[in-house]
Amino acid sequence: MNSDEKAKRLRGLQEKVNLIFREIDCIELLERAIKEDPETIIQKIIDSGLRGRGGAGFPAGLKWKGAKEAAGGIKYVVCNADEGEPGTFKDRRILDEQTDKVITGMAICAHAVNATEGSIYLRGEYNFLLSKLSAKCNTWNTIFKDKGLVFKVGVKSGSGAYVCGEETALFESMEGKRGEPRNKPPFPVIAGYMDEPTVINNVETLAYAAMIIADGPESFKAIGTKDSMGGKVFSISGDASVKGIFELPLGMNLQEFVDLFGDDDTKAVQVGGSSGVCVPRKNFADTIIGFEGVPTGGSMMLFNSTRSMYHVLENYLEFFEEESCGQCTPCRAGCQQLLKGIEAVRSGEKPLSYIEKLRDLAQVMSVASKCGLGQSLVNPFNSITRYFREEICY
Amino acid sequence: MMLNEIVSTAVKKFGVGREQLLPVLQYVVSQEKWLSEDALLGVARAFDMSAAEVYGVASFYSFLDTKPRGDYVIRVCRTVSCDMAGKEAIMEALEKTLHISVGETTADRKFTLLETNCMGWCAEGPAMLVNDYVYTGLTPEKVVDILQGYMAGA
Repeated sequence: MNSDEKAKRLRGLQEKVNLIFREIDCIELLERAIKEDPETIIQKIIDSGLRGRGGAGFPAGLKWKGAKEAAGGIKYVVCNADEGEPGTFKDRRILDEQTDKVITGMAICAHAVNATEGSIYLRGEYNFLLSKLSAKCNTWNTIFKDKGLVFKVGVKSGSGAYVCGEETALFESMEGKRGEPRNKPPFPVIAGYMDEPTVINNVETLAYAAMIIADGPESFKAIGTKDSMGGKVFSISGDASVKGIFELPLGMNLQEFVDLFGDDDTKAVQVGGSSGVCVPRKNFADTIIGFEGVPTGGSMMLFNSTRSMYHVLENYLEFFEEESCGQCTPCRAGCQQLLKGIEAVRSGEKPLSYIEKLRDLAQVMSVASKCGLGQSLVNPFNSITRYFREEICY
Repeated sequence: MMLNEIVSTAVKKFGVGREQLLPVLQYVVSQEKWLSEDALLGVARAFDMSAAEVYGVASFYSFLDTKPRGDYVIRVCRTVSCDMAGKEAIMEALEKTLHISVGETTADRKFTLLETNCMGWCAEGPAMLVNDYVYTGLTPEKVVDILQGYMAGA
């Protein structure tokens, strides 16, 4: 494909979805939504097949249903805007350009589950958005009052901790504590913020929820595949011919993706950020981007043949070692040992076979760690050491 | 403003409910750039909490510094995409212009140079934050210009 053909094909794919950045009348949508039965709204979200866009992919409608059915004095809706996964930056733009849609998504959720308070937890690195978001929240709080919806929304700011993107760590942080993940169960829909039933959704999930109520579940379902319905906003970086934020259907295979975004020399794509998997060129054609293949919160990092995958892995491990909250031993000690381990193999202090021990350790971390941070390190570690082993020692 | 005034302003603004601890600490950092022992003790007294617990919370978050920081805290993204886009040359330019290494503060307490993890500008790297303000698409020349602006303006 030449660049014109690529651009045309890309435009075609984007037009197929075009939900997140399409302008709609959010006030009209809210008026319409709060006249609907909460059960009907939840059923529409369930029918749409919408799964969480932060990376974990939990069905959004079931989450809402769980919170609706939970007993509690007060219920909360939290928008997770602690976008910290390396290579992910789409929520920043969605929040900046589609603030109304995200807040409307929160309000529709509040109406559906009978929540009265909402918070946007914004990562500290995005503090430049803080005053704009606070002002928007005030505007919307007046609208809610006018329309008779008992709901109030505000912004809470993070302070530079990746692990706070984990939902229970985020609640701890909102409660003024160290951002250490809690044991699950109980899940947030039963006991979340302040131990009350809480729906916590990613920024993009809430914007999609608003669009599903606006357009109906059928049109959303028509996009993507059986297991991965709808669109997804991708954050594309690294050795890419086109970088940036693109909304595309889920379910593409990685070869199609690389044909559009690669630089004709792509040797690997890290799908899902530093906690996702690294897919080598030979597997591009057989890898589906979606829940049936490689799931992603949107981060797509491309590497060409000039890059050392050792350095990539080392960079990820340094990241995890620093961001591990240190609460549970498998993650705290594991992150340190994996980093020390590959450095020792690299320097020749340990034999190449030592990588097997490290891979076992990553596997242990995946089952013994308390939260997703330690559990998912096995993804990059075992994929990179499997497909690019020779780059670890040379 | 004196430290005790800063703490009392923050407490008046946010209250002393436990869930307001982060906003209060964030406010003190916005004024003082870091949390001194006195600041932590002042906040602990206001919240009727042990100073150790307040310190425990503060030290968890990388933006709630418990070491002295300059007026302008520079945080350069060191994660993969920015690294591949030439972050090392940016660090060199910053270190050479400011005559300090990563983690240090200039003698006049104007600048602190730090590295940070992914800040969400991966397609436009290398990127850095100066306090809350973001700079992207950096080159060594651009970085020197930016620093000179801060040096002249302050």
